[in-house]
Amino acid sequence: MEFKADIGLEVHVQLKTRSKMFTRAPYYYGAEPNTLTDPVVLALPGVLPVMNKEAVRKTVQLGLLCKCEIAERCKWDRKNYFYPDSPKNYQLSQFDQPICNGGEVEIEMLGASRNVMGEHRMVQLTRIHLEEDVGKLTHFANDSLVDYNRAGAPLCEIVTEPDMHNADEVFAFLTALRNNIVAAGLSDCDMEKGQMRCDANISVRPVGQEQLGTKVELKNMNTISGVRNAVAYEIKRQIHAVMSKEPITQQTRRWDPVTQVTSKMRDKEESHDYRYFPDPDLMPVAISAELKEELGKDLPELPFDRQRRYMAELDLPYTITSVLCPDRALAEFFEEALAATKGKGEPKAVANLIVNELLRELSSGEQEGSLPLAESKVTPAHIAELVVLTEEGVITKQIGKEVFIEMYQSGKMPSAIVEEKGLQAEQGDDGELEAIIREVAADPKHEKAIAQFKEGNKKAINSLIGPIMKATQGKADPRKIMELLAKVLG
Amino acid sequence: MPSDKIDIDYVAKLARLDLSEEEKQTFTAQLGDILGYVDKLSDVDVSGVEPMAHAFPLENVLDEDEPREPLTVVEALRNAPAQRDNQIVVPKVVEDA
Amino acid sequence: MSDLISKTAAKLSAMLAAGEVSSVEVTQAFIDRTEAVEERVKAFNSCDKSWALAQAEASDKRRAAGQASGPLDGIPVALKDIIAVKDQPLTCSSRMLENFVSPYDAHVTELLKAQGAVLWGRLNMDEFAMGSSTENSAFQTSRNPWNLDCVPGGSSGGSAACVAALEAPLSIGSDTGGSIRQPAAFCGVVGMKPTYGLVSRFGLVAFASSLDQFGPFSRTVEDAAMLLQGIVGHDDRDSTSFKAEVPDYRAALTQKQGPWKIGVPSEYFAKGLDPEIKAAVEDAIKFYESEGCAIEEISLKMTEYALPVYYILATAEASSNLGRYDGIRYTHRAKNAEDAIDLYYKSRAEGFGPEVKRRIILGTYVLSSGYYDAYYLRAQKVRTLIREEFMQVFQNVDAILTPTTPTPSFKRGEKADPLSMYLNDIYTINVNLAGLPAISVPCGFTSSKLPIGLQLIGKPFAEADMLAMAHRYEQAHTWKDAVAAL
Repeated sequence: MEFKADIGLEVHVQLKTRSKMFTRAPYYYGAEPNTLTDPVVLALPGVLPVMNKEAVRKTVQLGLLCKCEIAERCKWDRKNYFYPDSPKNYQLSQFDQPICNGGEVEIEMLGASRNVMGEHRMVQLTRIHLEEDVGKLTHFANDSLVDYNRAGAPLCEIVTEPDMHNADEVFAFLTALRNNIVAAGLSDCDMEKGQMRCDANISVRPVGQEQLGTKVELKNMNTISGVRNAVAYEIKRQIHAVMSKEPITQQTRRWDPVTQVTSKMRDKEESHDYRYFPDPDLMPVAISAELKEELGKDLPELPFDRQRRYMAELDLPYTITSVLCPDRALAEFFEEALAATKGKGEPKAVANLIVNELLRELSSGEQEGSLPLAESKVTPAHIAELVVLTEEGVITKQIGKEVFIEMYQSGKMPSAIVEEKGLQAEQGDDGELEAIIREVAADPKHEKAIAQFKEGNKKAINSLIGPIMKATQGKADPRKIMELLAKVLG
Repeated sequence: MPSDKIDIDYVAKLARLDLSEEEKQTFTAQLGDILGYVDKLSDVDVSGVEPMAHAFPLENVLDEDEPREPLTVVEALRNAPAQRDNQIVVPKVVEDA
Repeated sequence: MSDLISKTAAKLSAMLAAGEVSSVEVTQAFIDRTEAVEERVKAFNSCDKSWALAQAEASDKRRAAGQASGPLDGIPVALKDIIAVKDQPLTCSSRMLENFVSPYDAHVTELLKAQGAVLWGRLNMDEFAMGSSTENSAFQTSRNPWNLDCVPGGSSGGSAACVAALEAPLSIGSDTGGSIRQPAAFCGVVGMKPTYGLVSRFGLVAFASSLDQFGPFSRTVEDAAMLLQGIVGHDDRDSTSFKAEVPDYRAALTQKQGPWKIGVPSEYFAKGLDPEIKAAVEDAIKFYESEGCAIEEISLKMTEYALPVYYILATAEASSNLGRYDGIRYTHRAKNAEDAIDLYYKSRAEGFGPEVKRRIILGTYVLSSGYYDAYYLRAQKVRTLIREEFMQVFQNVDAILTPTTPTPSFKRGEKADPLSMYLNDIYTINVNLAGLPAISVPCGFTSSKLPIGLQLIGKPFAEADMLAMAHRYEQAHTWKDAVAAL
């Protein structure tokens, strides 16, 4: 029997604001315990919530980014439940009137190989609503400790339809969602810092069956890869269970990233009775067409749209664009560098330099992970100048690599480095180059290639260029070599 | 109006309130009376009436995203019944919610 | 007994301004009075005498330096134990908060401090403002200064009793369903509930958020106007705080001359109204008539639904508002809890009194799965109708006149059945549901020497007219001069 899996996600994204959702206590990651609180955060007697304007605006932007329908008006509700990380023992959330309804996120499935673009499709969203985060519990053998720093941070909950069908799609969705949100500056989406969290609802059914299978909720996945592995495991587990005639019960399971298996946390007890009701302390939100328009203007081009544009208009290959485009800062760096060449640089040359040379250097330092682009000494102007110097034949590609290393380390402009070290390609004195060419051509080991060339195979003489370059210490202009070589071999 | 007898155990559990048997009996009876009295609301024709959530409804009461000085840890934990390492100590949390 | 304590706040303010007396003398006089009678009145949960005197001294220094900040500077104001004052206890008369000390000030507290008022003591109340007699206080039952066997009303019973007993010239209470006006009527003082949103609720411990409002207690309408002036104003920490132009309430007392068109709802004079109260209120109607006011008989048919709507909405909101008292962060914590969940059950069982538990259960029930539409949603819709009915009436009249309560004060322990206690608020509750301002002013005594209150209900944010109307009545009568013998 063949099976189909149906996967829906609930993704929580912490919005990048300076203060909390309903009070002006500061919020940032990594502060000492309980240093980011105020009477409202701690739910002391007598306090009241007031909405954070920026959080509302960012949620509308998130909705626009995901092509949701933005509510003209929405209200706040209290979701009542007791838990030690929840100071009020109710969460301010949106029950039946989310800020954003529907929507979709474009994803790219795996291609046939890394160099081939995969199929694109849309994953449908149900809704996006705004709420507040809870504090953090740390468990010990006999008790637990509570830190309320995170309590009250603005949190968007993005709910998808059960519209994904395998672990790779889930991975692709989370990656695309994160790239879009980070590009728009709405959140940093660092899962390890809890800025993005994901629960998955998974069910399987025999292919051909209309009705969805029994849903299992999966929790405790702390990286996007973790989600992929957990979902893949859970689908296999469920298929195996069905095949072995074990019934699947509605339950919540926890992913263990160490053992790489899911295990049951609890059976789904009678559905939670949250006693939702409209919050009497907060006034409704109204979102005008003008506000939507204003907020939409601030949104960047989405990474996939940018990628399509680069491929179509700049003739950049998939492999390059798939590195450049997901990272808005990198793509903008590229565009600035390209602009700085003032039309004298090929887009591909600019992109290659960034993707191949710059990214390699950024990731090769002693720091953990990659050095942020902004901290590099290399600016778009450096890249542009280097590309133009190479394309105009002032330096050879070979020398260009040397100049790149030097400018990456010192931050000096390429022209200054070339000047200082006398790295200009040999110009004008054809006699000296011609002499070298004649010498190389005379080497018996090239006899065969020369013969082939003379028979009309133009490419055959490419094997002479390396040795000629070497003899000129890389300073010769390859085009000039070709020209003289043709003359010498005449 | 629903006229079912109040399921006091279920409601007390939702409210996280330990009630003695005596309290349960008293409350069940008293709340029955109150709910009986409240039942008169079913006489009112409310078709087409908007629910009233606020006495004087406003919209978009928003505050700027500018942090104010937080409480010090000492102030934040001033009334804490138990604390350790600048955090609130709670008895073991058993998965419930 | 010092002569100072029998003076109105307005008079004391004038004496301070004229240098005839110091704030320390005034404050000391009220401290002395409190020490003399408090054992019988039991209005206060706690007093901080040295802090009161320190504030008074600071006030005197300001005045000496020519920096006195207004009519409240140097005047003692006692606060219901539901208002946050930094570094002071905030108990709500509950075991739950018995040891709680507030790390912050309510907006009202900030305003009073800024105007130099001498904050004096924490006043007893029904636990979390749930009750009409202060018998639901976890600590003590306050007494009615007019008859110590009788209750002062509630929930702001301590606020009313302390003013009636001359332990403070002014006090602040809170009113969710009549919690200022009913005790004011019972204790023969002035008590006023402003329009919802006029006074910031930031720092007012929530009972029912959509109904709660702070308000003043005093012995005269002028004093109420003076204290109201000191606590109104927009606050960006309360989303329901209204940005309204604030008139000069005290000046309005004499500027606004009427004649007014006054509505008298027949429903408020029907079965259940004590005949002596009825007679006293009818005399008040005659007074206004004699002053040239037009008296209009009106009908508020929705009145009978006010109580059921109130008990659904108020308890539902309360059940959620009181979720935070859980034994975790700052409240009473039960010993020997097995785990965090058990801690909730035990701490809440130990920390809350029976009325609070009863209302939490009721509120939780009406919000629970399957009942929301039938109770909460329906009640919110009926609330709309109640408000619309008032607005309709206010197209034709300037104010509505009613008795404040159907009966005078009653003996402690007399009303054991919660429903009969709830019925006490029948004339005050729909004012909260509609968000309107209302005031209770003394309008006589029963044959057993218990005070009677007259209620005037105003249009939204029309406090100035309402106060002027009340002032007119008060100035023509001697009730304000009567003092309970203690």
